[in-house]
Amino acid sequence: MKYWKGIEELDNSSEFAKHAFAEFPDFLPVKEKRAGEVEDSSVAPRRDFLKLMGFGVAAATLASCETPVRKAIPYLNKPEEVDPTISNFYASTYFTGSDYNAVLVKTREGRPIKLEGNPESPITRGGLSARAQAAVLNLYDGARLPHFMMKKGNGHEKTDFDQLDNAVRAGLSSATGKIAVVSPTIISPSTKRAIAALAGRYRNVEHIMYDVNSASGLLQANSGVLPAYDFSQAKIIVGLGADFLGTWISPVEYSRQYVTNRKLSTDKRAMSRHYQFESNLSLTGSNADVRIAVKPSDIGTVAVALYNAVSGTGSATALPAAAQKQMARVVADLQANRGASLVVSGSNDPAVQTVVAAINQTLGNVGTTVNLTAPSFVRQGNDARMSQFVDELKSGAISAVIFYHANPVYNHPRGEEIKTAISKVPLSVSLNDRLDETGSLCQYQAPDHHWLESWNDYEPKRGYLSLAQPAITPIFKTRQAQETFLRWAGSNETYYNFMKDGWRTALGANGFQAAWDKAVHDGVASGSVLPTPTFAAAAPGIATAISNIRGAKKGAIEVALYEKVGIGEGGVEGNNPFLHELPDPVSKATWGNYIAVPRKMAVDNKWEQGDVIKVTANGKSIEVPVLVQPGQAEGSVSIAVGYGRTMAGKVGNQLGANAFPLVQTTSDGPVYYNVVTLEKTGATSPIAQTQTHHTIMDRREVVQESTLAKYIANPKEVTEYERVATPDGLEKPNKVSLWQDYQYNDHHWGMAIDLNSCIGCGSCVIGCQTENNIAVVGKQQVINRREMHWMRIDRYYSSDHHEDEFEKEGKLKTYAAMEDPSDNPQVIFQPMMCQHCNHAPCETVCPVLATTHSSEGLNQMTYNRCVGTRYCANNCPYKVRRFNWFSYYSNEKFEDVNGHMFTDLGRMVLNPDVTVRARGVMEKCSFCVQRIQLGKLEAKKQKRRPKDGEVVTACAQSCPTEAILFGDMRDPSSRISQLLRREDGERAFHVLDSINVQPNVTYLTKIRNAASTFFPEEENA
Amino acid sequence: MHNSSKVIASGDEYAVKLFNDNGKQQMPAFPQLSDKEITSIIAWVTSQEGGGGGAAATAATGGVTTGNAAAADGADASGGGKYMDVLLIVLVVVLIVLVVTLAIIANLMKDVLQGRKDLDGRDVEILEQRFNWAGLYQSSALRGIVGVVFALVLLYVGVQSVMAVGLTQGYQPTQPIAFSHKIHAGENNINCAYCHTSVYKGKSANIPSANICMNCHSQIKTESPEIKKIYRAIERKQPIQWVRVHNLPDLAYFNHSQHTQVGGIQCQTCHGPIQNMEVVYQYSALTMGWCINCHRETPLNTKGNAYYDNLVKLHDKSNSAVPFTVSSNGGTECSKCHY
Repeated sequence: MKYWKGIEELDNSSEFAKHAFAEFPDFLPVKEKRAGEVEDSSVAPRRDFLKLMGFGVAAATLASCETPVRKAIPYLNKPEEVDPTISNFYASTYFTGSDYNAVLVKTREGRPIKLEGNPESPITRGGLSARAQAAVLNLYDGARLPHFMMKKGNGHEKTDFDQLDNAVRAGLSSATGKIAVVSPTIISPSTKRAIAALAGRYRNVEHIMYDVNSASGLLQANSGVLPAYDFSQAKIIVGLGADFLGTWISPVEYSRQYVTNRKLSTDKRAMSRHYQFESNLSLTGSNADVRIAVKPSDIGTVAVALYNAVSGTGSATALPAAAQKQMARVVADLQANRGASLVVSGSNDPAVQTVVAAINQTLGNVGTTVNLTAPSFVRQGNDARMSQFVDELKSGAISAVIFYHANPVYNHPRGEEIKTAISKVPLSVSLNDRLDETGSLCQYQAPDHHWLESWNDYEPKRGYLSLAQPAITPIFKTRQAQETFLRWAGSNETYYNFMKDGWRTALGANGFQAAWDKAVHDGVASGSVLPTPTFAAAAPGIATAISNIRGAKKGAIEVALYEKVGIGEGGVEGNNPFLHELPDPVSKATWGNYIAVPRKMAVDNKWEQGDVIKVTANGKSIEVPVLVQPGQAEGSVSIAVGYGRTMAGKVGNQLGANAFPLVQTTSDGPVYYNVVTLEKTGATSPIAQTQTHHTIMDRREVVQESTLAKYIANPKEVTEYERVATPDGLEKPNKVSLWQDYQYNDHHWGMAIDLNSCIGCGSCVIGCQTENNIAVVGKQQVINRREMHWMRIDRYYSSDHHEDEFEKEGKLKTYAAMEDPSDNPQVIFQPMMCQHCNHAPCETVCPVLATTHSSEGLNQMTYNRCVGTRYCANNCPYKVRRFNWFSYYSNEKFEDVNGHMFTDLGRMVLNPDVTVRARGVMEKCSFCVQRIQLGKLEAKKQKRRPKDGEVVTACAQSCPTEAILFGDMRDPSSRISQLLRREDGERAFHVLDSINVQPNVTYLTKIRNAASTFFPEEENA
Repeated sequence: MHNSSKVIASGDEYAVKLFNDNGKQQMPAFPQLSDKEITSIIAWVTSQEGGGGGAAATAATGGVTTGNAAAADGADASGGGKYMDVLLIVLVVVLIVLVVTLAIIANLMKDVLQGRKDLDGRDVEILEQRFNWAGLYQSSALRGIVGVVFALVLLYVGVQSVMAVGLTQGYQPTQPIAFSHKIHAGENNINCAYCHTSVYKGKSANIPSANICMNCHSQIKTESPEIKKIYRAIERKQPIQWVRVHNLPDLAYFNHSQHTQVGGIQCQTCHGPIQNMEVVYQYSALTMGWCINCHRETPLNTKGNAYYDNLVKLHDKSNSAVPFTVSSNGGTECSKCHY
């Protein structure tokens, strides 16, 4: 009888044979060898080690006896509103060419340390995306250009404002051909005026806007306007490849609207129904009630079929089987909700968008859920014009080009052509903040201020104005781009005055100063400045559009190119370590991109996760590792754009591969899918995922969900409550306890998380990270399961197999099968952080009392007492404790990824109220105890009790959908007390209730407006 | 007083004399004051002169008075000490005299006894006995006792010195500018919060910025070399680098306003007699034990603060015998200071 240790021993592979007789695979390296180091120099002989250790101990003892002299350096002339250690908040605006967020900038001693949502904004309503949360880190990015530069030979040398201005002015004056200003969408009226001033001074100036994640097709289909959507008015939502909760146009705004119709209570037992047709499993798709996986090019076919069905014209189109199955239901639902439904598509094909516009028109949604009169301005790019620019650049028709926050060499499908053509242009200037792929090719670099150092104005939507104000003195010798435009146009006006003058019409001349002051204070105002945009190309007629849409070719493998929720188009986010380490909401992968393939394709081709695949399209190839993605449409794969930067900075360079060259370019502009050929290279590259277990295996104690039908019938039946056997019969677990209960006199902090509202966007994860100085650990440590996030969002897929197969299939086999997700699974997100148990298992095992319970219900973690036994992490049923394996702030291995803890520049972002944890200690969610303490102190100073909503954790505050509610459960009138009273016995449940640790975090059962595959008995319903 | 330079310029004899007598110190103009207000200021100054308080007009005399008082206090204190010393010395002398007298008597008696022949063996033995020093030296019991005592002393000294590592009580660094809290807070009675602006609002009390110094020193003692250092700092735009006296480790969170505004604690409770310090030194130990001890002993300042109303009621109901201290409201829990 022989038992094998594993499949490797059975195969007796060479790798196995090598290690077969060594008990431990390798010695622990004392010092890791860096590239280029000589072997011997890095090995410390034993005697040296002892000598060094002896000296070290003596030195440390001596050093510890003498206290270092520390300085206290006050201001010379203290600004009146700045008090050391007291935070100031300034209203501002985050807009980097894609999504718009109104923000409040939290500053300490004049340094922005955190961004929070601006609750005054009628658009984002206090929500903030993960990208905006992380954006404060970009301000202190060491890769930013510290001064103006000009090209000299193959390098760049420092120059000053005057020298550069003179050279550029001379170049612009002598330009014979066109002068092009290339930028992403600009929604700032004053910036547009500044560029217009430049056009007034020189001949032939043209401003070309293009969007990396283009909505050119949508604009063309709606005669130049970007419709404003209102998801809160829609009872039926059909998404056709539009990731509107994650990346499409204005995700924070849409998320807030979307969940208003998804929040439930006993009094409001109705919610919207959301169908999503898409190829890659997006954030939006994972929130849909019914998700249908189709190939990217079939999105158009589905749109045509929908149009034909709702308008009653045309013939039935041939549809993929999965779509055909659901079509009747979708159409019936849409027709039953005329004027209260919404169809959106993320396609950049004008034909598809024309059909979608026609569907909304036919359903009477224009005027209710689709608003064409007060359109959005956040996408204005014209792809045809940009394509024409590339041609002009190549032909030499352009004699001067100014890149303003635009990096087309990297992110335009024709980037290679631009790269070679730039050198032919007599004058090329970059206003980008770093020497990026495009900027480094230009003759002159005149870096712009960071937006947190600038004044600016915005009009994201007709009638809604927004302001940005400087929250810090410029760190580097940069100049605001708008001022640069004004200087070149020959004006010496400051941009502030220039901008303020422009607002006189919007705010009215009467009482202008007061209105202006209020606008600066609030950050938002109402009024309109931007003209209605026009679009050169007219929309195709509906008949032409329908005939232009062709379905997928049989057999061809299509790639869907999508944006990540965190990294986006890889622009300013490309060098942001917070966003690189933010797990993708669905795949949970960090640090780099990959090719997501359906399981069938992986099995058929014998691909394993991590096998590197060569992907070829347009005659260009990239190599990316495989990730098996449940829900990926059959016959399709997907790759995220925004990676493969070469000149983003230390963090973002050489991460993943650049997928922009794979974008399909048509006469109308880029379309974000293409037909590809795939080829295994034989190499492997590991993917750093933070979650590798994908299903809950029917353990409903972990996460609970039910259906709307059940909820309507009886809200008390949707949640399963565990009961334990006692002498008096079955009882709630908390009736049987070894421990004494705590008595909370003052406060009892608690949190409630509504799984129906949580869309899994990850904003809370980044909010928590910036608030609590959480270290970034890098790809290798994520692979080692050592990420430090205090808060994670668990994602579970549904499985096709369930406990009821035990008798038929046998337990072991069923359990194994239950680990496999379905091919098109239902997805559920569950934010998970320290549950602050009242009977915490971690507290009882700590040998040094480093983790204790407070009189306010908090599970306290005391870093300076912790000796690092890690017993607590072992004993935590929720696995939320994080151990500092390294000194992330001083270990050179983490210098690149954790730069914000290394340099003086980076450290400015740290929250001074929270300790930076040392190596060897445990850390975890503290319920933002620093905010609790501050809230209590403010109340005490004003001699009153804290008001509900005054003390709020960073996660609850950043949530765009208000899924997280934090408050004092001791206060009977607080919102959380009311919610828990209302939901008790209905949707409120504790995770792993039966182990009776009595968490202070309560979850509310997720309700789907569909038959759920989690509940097999309903599949036929 | 409206505008002194105008009066001097007009050639008023008394004014010019005053101006010259006071080292040509210009008095700032107060055109905003009415005649009535000026009269009442003069009336107040006159009334204060007799009392010898700490008003600005009589700062110099006031300072001298307090100085004298302090000196007198010192004499009193040392007088008490001397009396005890004399008493002790007298006692010691008396004891020595006693010992010597007794020794003489003992010797005399021994001599007398040795002179007698009628003593038996046992008595001689007693008379002839000598103290066995060698035996004592060799006794293991004594060695043991001495050894244990020595070890204990060593341990005590060791523990004490290790515990003192990092303790900086009494730390009194030389500051770049010889600023005296005694003159400002003591003699001139300037409120602490005038310079330490955020002591009632924020975590930090705030080291005053140079512009606060300039509120007064643009006019007062402008010739002092120490104050010229401030001017130089402003001219060169180089902030003054004070040496921090009170250093808490980064892992401990301390908020001034919590203690001053909410707790109603006096500055002197932790900072000692700051109004008498020429050069500031660290008065308190600033150890965790010191913090915790105060939190255990100090009753909460709950009066008139609605935050505590219900808590006081609950406390009184369950445990009215013990005072409602900071620690009984959770003030000694880890996360109150460490996060």
